[in-house]
Amino acid sequence: MKIGQTGGTEPGHGSLKSYIVGFILSVILTVIPFWMVMTSAFSKPVLLVSILVLAVVQIFVQLVYFLHMNRTSEEGWNLISLIFTVIIVAILVLGSLWVMFHLNHNVMMGH
Amino acid sequence: MSSEVMSNHAAHAEEHEHHESGSNTVFGFWVYLMTDCVLFATIFATYAVLSNSFAGGPTGEELFELPFVLVETFLLLISSFTYGLAMLALNKGNKSQVLTWLVATFLLGAGFIGMEIYEFHHLIVEGAGPDRSAFLSAFFTLVGTHGLHVTLGLIWMIVLMVQVMTKGLTATNNTRLMCLSLFWHFLDVIWICVFTIVYLMGVM
Repeated sequence: MKIGQTGGTEPGHGSLKSYIVGFILSVILTVIPFWMVMTSAFSKPVLLVSILVLAVVQIFVQLVYFLHMNRTSEEGWNLISLIFTVIIVAILVLGSLWVMFHLNHNVMMGH
Repeated sequence: MSSEVMSNHAAHAEEHEHHESGSNTVFGFWVYLMTDCVLFATIFATYAVLSNSFAGGPTGEELFELPFVLVETFLLLISSFTYGLAMLALNKGNKSQVLTWLVATFLLGAGFIGMEIYEFHHLIVEGAGPDRSAFLSAFFTLVGTHGLHVTLGLIWMIVLMVQVMTKGLTATNNTRLMCLSLFWHFLDVIWICVFTIVYLMGVM
């Protein structure tokens, strides 16, 4: 049973279908945000939220269809290390922005 | 019968061990990619903080050409797909097909780097080099670091093409191709963040 399991879940063992699905979804998720910004028919908050959401969706699509992320490969260690990294990245990016925003704000107040 | 089972078992254990060492390498490479994520995160954070510090210089809206960036994006995306096809050919053990798709991936990646060098040169000639403002320093650092990664990926790809040509699809080469596959797809994921945060948000 163990041997049967390892066959399909190794990294890099996608099927042609999964690569094609991933590619088509990525094309769609790339064209939509570019089109939205280029037409300039949308308000700024709508644009901002849309392109960020579409980027996150495309990252998930590529992780699943190109990088073959799932809960079973390497007994889940791939996924656990990714989740850990996402948390670190979030603290790093959001923390930096938060601190620097308040720093700028306070410096402005001093003037 | 019991000896047959034993030898069968031994063969499996050996195979498993071999498989294990290859997949450990791939997992180790995955962990490296995660640390690379943290590197990119610090550069993205720096860019986000400095993205409005124009110092009276040009803004992203004046500098960035979205159609140009869209072509770059497609080159990288298609190259990610063709690398996937190389991996499928690898699973089938088809050496010449692996090489064909690697060459296709290499050309697309080289096209991307060519366009990026053209863009950087164009910006510097226009007086919008990394020394113009904090925004441009951060821009060149971020996009340049990604470009450097892609360039190293291209060099790695040439080395692997030569290895596959001379030594064939050996177990070691398969592991190497798998690591480069992760690296290449990973760079495409980073590029999604680059075109969204730098180019699209810079222009809107």
